[in-house]
Amino acid sequence: MSLRAKCAIAGLGQTRMGKNFDHPGPIGFAAEAVNLALDDAGLQRADVDGLLVNPGITWLNNPMASSSLQHAMGLRDLRLTATMNLGGATAAAMIMHAAQAIDAGMAEVVACVFADAPLRPPSPNKGSDGGSAAFYGFAQGLDAHYGLFGVNAHYAFVAQRHMYRYGTTNDHLGAVAVSERNWANLNPAAQFHDTPMSMADYHASRWVVEPFHLYDCCLVSNGGLAVIVTSAERAKNLKRPPVYILGMGQGHPGRDPLETLLSGAPIARDTAFKMAGIKVADVNFCELYDCYTFTVLVTLEDYGFCKKGESGPFVAGGAIGPGGSLPVNTGGGQLSSFYMWGMTPVAEAIVQIRGDGGRRQAPKHDVGLVSGNGGILATHSTLVLGSQP
Amino acid sequence: MPEFSKPIPAITPEMREFFDGARAGRLMVQKCDGCGKLRFPAEDLCSKCNSTASRWVPVSGRGEIFSFNIMHQVYHPGFAGKVPYAVVVVELEEGCKFVSNLLGVEPHDIKCGMPVEVTFEKLSDEVSMPKFRLRAAK
Repeated sequence: MSLRAKCAIAGLGQTRMGKNFDHPGPIGFAAEAVNLALDDAGLQRADVDGLLVNPGITWLNNPMASSSLQHAMGLRDLRLTATMNLGGATAAAMIMHAAQAIDAGMAEVVACVFADAPLRPPSPNKGSDGGSAAFYGFAQGLDAHYGLFGVNAHYAFVAQRHMYRYGTTNDHLGAVAVSERNWANLNPAAQFHDTPMSMADYHASRWVVEPFHLYDCCLVSNGGLAVIVTSAERAKNLKRPPVYILGMGQGHPGRDPLETLLSGAPIARDTAFKMAGIKVADVNFCELYDCYTFTVLVTLEDYGFCKKGESGPFVAGGAIGPGGSLPVNTGGGQLSSFYMWGMTPVAEAIVQIRGDGGRRQAPKHDVGLVSGNGGILATHSTLVLGSQP
Repeated sequence: MPEFSKPIPAITPEMREFFDGARAGRLMVQKCDGCGKLRFPAEDLCSKCNSTASRWVPVSGRGEIFSFNIMHQVYHPGFAGKVPYAVVVVELEEGCKFVSNLLGVEPHDIKCGMPVEVTFEKLSDEVSMPKFRLRAAK
């Protein structure tokens, strides 16, 4: 019954990322990404019979985003569609549902896409380019009076508690930021490709909400990212080598992360690693969801790359950067390349498995781990991707 | 330029007893009628036993700083000129947590584990807000 290597990712489509205004809204970015992914796979629009969409925050018809995109692209006679939202865990979850549907005979070629356009072109009337505060800074009721605004502030509580309980420091958070920047400097598609960062630069960056500096927080990006999922058999005859889906799992703890300091990774990992038949030591490289530097630390602990509470010392020696023992977020991650929710780690894992990484190619890249994380460590998804079935 | 104040919460029907208590100097939380679990903020049902029946009860207002952050960005004009300021998570002696502000302590002097007690800041005749201040440890 296992879905190990039954399905594969056959196409990857990525628009320009960051402060680009190539489309007036997210649907244009989504359509461009899907068409690029189809080109990459050597497939046509008419081949698509499944469409899964993770809308960002700027889709007008958010609850039925997949229907909006289907109409916009003129996709006919689909056999599967859904608009999905588990926050940053959605991208990998879409790929799981695509694989399940394909294995069940309900669809053959499923496009999974994330797109968003929160940044606005500079306007003479307004000094702001939109930015994240307007979209992510919501609060009401008592929280607004106490000044508790936005997701940053909630993650800061959890990070502060982790520091108190385990002795994690800003040097540890900074080691994640610097490692990812070092990777981004090797990735021409990264928003921070041309901007090196030292630990001193990290500490000098402004505070957003302590214990988070600016460089502890992910970017905000306009763009779209799509993948094409199909059966492993069909993928073998397409343009690019298949990226096999070896294992899949989800974990949603439903507990107070301030108490547990845990993500859903331990639950999701067990399901995905069992399906893939691997252990932690078999992982060649990781693409971990990094809404914050802190999220990377927790995720490394929760997959078992180090003991609980020991992620700070683990990353401090450069273990996760270029040349380190465990390459993590090899494109620069969402901190230094671009922020497409969970699609950023998915896309980079595909690049690595294919060996398309250029200067940032991980030395061993046959088994890659992808994580997604949503809410305040509330949802989690795991993919194990491989170059061989 | 008009002066903006921090947002004053609306007194919704679900929260009336909370605000009645605060006005009288009592910190109120919800108590599940089914299993007795305390919770805040107000919820429609108990996450432990799923009972939908609950009542508001006063708590001691004593607790410890469980975690905190220090906000540096202004998201509402009422906080212009107020950054950096801290938001704290207090773990009450009775077990539930309450998000608030800590008065009389500089943000960078706040530490997890500090013993605190509730006090009330009157914003209007209708609304007083629970805040916290340091207390002597037992």
